[in-house]
Amino acid sequence: MIEVNNLVKQYGDHIAVDHLSFRVEKGQIYGFLGPNGAGKSTTMNIMTGYLSATSGEVVINGHNIFEEPEEAKKCIGYLPEMPPLYMDMTPLEYLKFVAELKKIPKKDQLSMIADVMKLVKITEYRGRLIRNLSKGYKQRVGLAQAILGYPEIIILDEPTVGLDPKQIIEIRDLIKELSKKHTIILSSHIMQEISAVCDYIMIIAHGKLVASDTPENLSKLMLGSNEIELLIRGESSVIQEILSQNSEIISLAVHHQTEEGCVPVEIKTPAEIDIREKIFYQMSEARCPILMMKSANMSLEDIFLELTADSASDKEEKKKGFFIKKKEIKEIEETAADGISNKLDSASETEEEQKEC
Amino acid sequence: MLAIYKRELKSYFTSMMGYVFVAFVLVVVGIYFAAYNLNAYPLIGYTLYNVTFLFLILVPILTMRSLAEEQRNKTDQLLYTSPVSLLGIVIGKFLALISVFGIPVLVICFYPQILGQYGTVNMPMSYLAIFGFFLLGCAYIAIGMFISSITESQIIAAVISFVVLMASYQMEGIASFFSDTAVTSLIAFSVLFLLIGVGYGVAARNVVMPAVLFVLAEAVLGGFYLANSVWFEGAFAAMLKKLNLAGLSYNMIQSGILDFTNIVFYLSVIGFFLFLTVQSIKKKRWN
Repeated sequence: MIEVNNLVKQYGDHIAVDHLSFRVEKGQIYGFLGPNGAGKSTTMNIMTGYLSATSGEVVINGHNIFEEPEEAKKCIGYLPEMPPLYMDMTPLEYLKFVAELKKIPKKDQLSMIADVMKLVKITEYRGRLIRNLSKGYKQRVGLAQAILGYPEIIILDEPTVGLDPKQIIEIRDLIKELSKKHTIILSSHIMQEISAVCDYIMIIAHGKLVASDTPENLSKLMLGSNEIELLIRGESSVIQEILSQNSEIISLAVHHQTEEGCVPVEIKTPAEIDIREKIFYQMSEARCPILMMKSANMSLEDIFLELTADSASDKEEKKKGFFIKKKEIKEIEETAADGISNKLDSASETEEEQKEC
Repeated sequence: MLAIYKRELKSYFTSMMGYVFVAFVLVVVGIYFAAYNLNAYPLIGYTLYNVTFLFLILVPILTMRSLAEEQRNKTDQLLYTSPVSLLGIVIGKFLALISVFGIPVLVICFYPQILGQYGTVNMPMSYLAIFGFFLLGCAYIAIGMFISSITESQIIAAVISFVVLMASYQMEGIASFFSDTAVTSLIAFSVLFLLIGVGYGVAARNVVMPAVLFVLAEAVLGGFYLANSVWFEGAFAAMLKKLNLAGLSYNMIQSGILDFTNIVFYLSVIGFFLFLTVQSIKKKRWN
């Protein structure tokens, strides 16, 4: 459907997109994820033919965007970061203009515009000047523009920026609805956004693709082991004894008691083994009720931070501007790491204390 | 193209711009018409040739927003990502601009008829004058539109357009600074080539290509000079005078002579600046 090969975009000395290659298949929602300035918008602008690339190629439905721009552009609907709206028009006039630009046959224009306006819920605002609409509604008009003509590929650059939570959910639902018939690529620097709607995630940092997979695989990929947090009522020594019978458990940590008579435990197993049921039956046999059991998978947020921070360190010497940002990230990481090691230390201490008792 | 044309034309008349432009042209032409034609000569060309100064003020104001505003509001993203060719976009915008200008020109077309009520008027000459006036305006508009495409700011576009049109208007005066000797022309042409070369080098961020072209141009220039230096006498001043678009229209507008070289010249100016506009948009995509 879309093929991007070795795409490079250079602004003077600064490389905005750095040998980016990926493929997009039909009928899925793809998410571009990356911190601000990672090259998401630049990539999208190149894919839609707004900018030209320094080198590399973009092939859309078999049409090279640089060689057959008009054919390629026909397959794409694009909502840029800032919706390209004419403030002195009403949504209806604007969409009529867009329909003519997209060469939609005259007889279908009005019915299609009506459908699209219903879809993004701007029908009642069709007669107002776009200038007077709120940001959320401007965004919707922009979205309507991208959907108009029902192109096979819809590219949305940060589609939910400036919307209130209710509108965000509506737009997400709309995107999911659209994905039944269209291929959708959307970008965001917000993790939850992407993980909520996308079937496939591409994480970009400093113009490079650092990871691309389904959300589930990304989680698995990053996590070498399964982590389970437990809260069990009973004697600490008994619980430890039962748990330590399981050979699958790599590490076992018992934390400070937070509730009277309850023991918080953290266990790690290899990624492919699910030990939760086994523990449930063991504990129930020992009549130690499990009050809480939670598998602590690494969230996509953590993966995102980790991946983008890693690639930042490569460029540390080259880019002073990113250095500050990177430093901040590193500090956050360090404090987080300290927190975890403190936790582990205190956990092992309690373990030792309990053993001494 | 048609969609862009319609939208542009409409936008000039949803804002005050179009009305003000039309009214202003009609008021000024009306005053001169009353002063010259109704009281003295029955030829509209006399009036029109004397109001060509109007373009200096009005064309920059009309063309300043054409492409600069699109860039500022990022609406150019919609245009350049839709299945319309760049040339189509540029031509659509240009046609909209000359349509706005065409409205007062259409009104002016009635003036010879008014004069005809009171005596004999040479109609072919009158309409040729109006045609020349329109063509001159179109050439200025093409220049203004190109300048609008190189900047995001409407004000800067208007100021640069004004300066360029002003320089063109005053070219006779500027040309008189250059003496008629062959050496003066040789030096002036060399400096001009150098400036063009430097400009090209800066724009393309390239040294070799402009340098090679400059040396070639100088060699050709030197060759001609050595062959026959008489060709160079007054050549630079004559070339500068050709840049005065309004002055060139004298034949057609005031004297009512059908001058095909001038028509071709104006059409070439329009074509050249539309081409430059397309190139300037393309260049923006590369940077």
